[in-house]
Amino acid sequence: MFKRILVANRGEIAVRVIRACREMGIESVAVYSDVDRRALHVRMADFCEYLGPAQASESYLNVPKILEAARRSGAEAIHPGYGFLSENAGFARACREAGIVFIGPSPESMEMMGSKIKARQQMKKAEVPFVPGTDHGMKSVEEALSVAESIGYPVMLKASAGGGGKGMRLVSSSAELASAFEAATSEAQRAFGDPEVYIEKFIQNPRHVEMQIFGDTHGNVIYLAERECSVQRRHQKVLEEAPCSFVDPDMRRRMGEVAVKVGKTANYSNAGTVEFLVDSEKNFYFLEMNTRLQVEHPVTEMVTGIDLVQLQIRVAAGEPLPIKQQDIVLRGHSIELRVYAEDPDNNFFPSPGRITRLIAPSGPGIRRDTGVYEGWVVPLDYDPLLAKLIAYGENRTQVINRLRRALLEYFIGGIKTNISLFRRILLDPDFQAGRVDTGFLDRLLNEPAVADERTARRVPIVALAAAIFAQQPPPGAQPARNLDGLHAAQTATVLHSSANRRSGWKAAALSEGVGR
Amino acid sequence: MKYEVLVDGHLHEVELERAENGYQCKVDHELFDLNVVMTARDVLSIVHQGRQYEAKREYSLQRETHIIVGSERFGTEVRDPRSLRSRTVTTAAAGPAKITAPMPGRIVRVIAAEGDDVEIGQGLVVVEAMKMQNEIKSTKKGKVTNLAVQEGVAVNAGDLLAVVE
Repeated sequence: MFKRILVANRGEIAVRVIRACREMGIESVAVYSDVDRRALHVRMADFCEYLGPAQASESYLNVPKILEAARRSGAEAIHPGYGFLSENAGFARACREAGIVFIGPSPESMEMMGSKIKARQQMKKAEVPFVPGTDHGMKSVEEALSVAESIGYPVMLKASAGGGGKGMRLVSSSAELASAFEAATSEAQRAFGDPEVYIEKFIQNPRHVEMQIFGDTHGNVIYLAERECSVQRRHQKVLEEAPCSFVDPDMRRRMGEVAVKVGKTANYSNAGTVEFLVDSEKNFYFLEMNTRLQVEHPVTEMVTGIDLVQLQIRVAAGEPLPIKQQDIVLRGHSIELRVYAEDPDNNFFPSPGRITRLIAPSGPGIRRDTGVYEGWVVPLDYDPLLAKLIAYGENRTQVINRLRRALLEYFIGGIKTNISLFRRILLDPDFQAGRVDTGFLDRLLNEPAVADERTARRVPIVALAAAIFAQQPPPGAQPARNLDGLHAAQTATVLHSSANRRSGWKAAALSEGVGR
Repeated sequence: MKYEVLVDGHLHEVELERAENGYQCKVDHELFDLNVVMTARDVLSIVHQGRQYEAKREYSLQRETHIIVGSERFGTEVRDPRSLRSRTVTTAAAGPAKITAPMPGRIVRVIAAEGDDVEIGQGLVVVEAMKMQNEIKSTKKGKVTNLAVQEGVAVNAGDLLAVVE
């Protein structure tokens, strides 16, 4: 087993990997950019290495700097997390050449699956079911027009090198195609440095269901059940669950077998995810394969009882899979909520900044994978995922109730988060009945929010609270910047006659001086 | 102490008097006996007739004070009638509209030019933050009289981007 692993990532996933390392007795090396010296993943690691400026190309995406950090710190392996370099075959190859183990699939598997077009060609040979479309990039608008005509509108334009909704455009008629083609290619060029775009038939209101697979370096590949990921906004997942209530055991087995076939065709090792579109008739179509650990891996961990990050590390060290397909038993249900720094009341604008107050939920069935803490300044340079709130329970209803309870306990102050959005989703009758598809969230957001009937009772309390707070120092008031977090006021301060600001400070100082 | 408190735009008269276990107060002349403790900075536990409320306070990006009770967020403004600092609410409908940055970020594109006639909802500039590009739109139909930013500059939340008259 490895003695020391470098985690080439930041935020909650870096923390997740560091936790796995510590549980396995492996030392962890964090890397950081200029804006991340105070980040949680750096605080949790055994060692840390500075990379460079905030800009990802100068830090978390910079292959020479990361390899140099690995060499300096004596790390034997690199865990790439998700995003950044996780699906970069060139990086995996550079690791191999530097004599460092890349915790993930081989660069050859990544190359085969990394280009959606190459993946299609290979998977067609393996007779994997597909959504009708092209398996080559469109060279011109004219070619795109004739292809779209032959498979029938609506169609989807997709970036070959893409992911995360970038370089994607829905086209419902030939009139829209030219401008959509231009927008998709230029967005693909900007986001991935590759303008290639292909065409697929657009399936109305599909579900997005994905199958977790796992391979080892001895030729074994198993599947670890599916995740339902249909709740998306702008093609970004917001909530995921396992298992999918729409998938019955027979369908699960058939999807799983296709996913394993995909993995074996790619000679796949380590964690991978095969994404499917599922139509209302329960037909499933191969969409793409993600050659990395997914953001939403915890829900699979909860229902299978398998720590996927630890398994990644074991398999990368050359161990065979310790489990066989027939050993996988699903138990209970799990849902994950992605807590983003964005404002649901203001068009989901990003909301970086200082977290002035953080109150975390806990209790039965609640797991929180986080990359932030009270006093942390969420930088504007990286993606807005703050934390993932994951619940586990006997069944889906219990999980929904647990999440609703946990959301009431959860408070992140100082920046905006999408926590209130989850209350709406979890209360929605369609969601509660498991009737979700990829259009679900957009439809929900277009409905007017139903006012809470308890509001009227709370208004006087709010008015009183506002007046009482007005007698206290302003929100988030705290001493010098470098004392952040040390100053967490955990003490219960009974309010005495604090009719002005100074006595409010005095009361706080007094209670803190006395201590608990 | 008497206060005027705006809760989501509605004005309430609040009177706070210290009592043995907290406050004896009035909201719009209705009596409230409250037992109040501050459990952490910006967090109050308020007990009224046996029912416990947790009230949390924070500033929004636009520097409004928000009070959160349960799962609900309320915009508030407190005015001390005796204070010279008490402000009147400015109405946005009349006069020039100041378009400000809703979050910190970088200006990646300037769409409108000074002198342009714009409609409500028409894009003026694009701000990038957290790998997302966000078009900032005009809140007023009129002429762009001032464009305060250029491509490539960094802005903070609340910074002036443009003025539409």
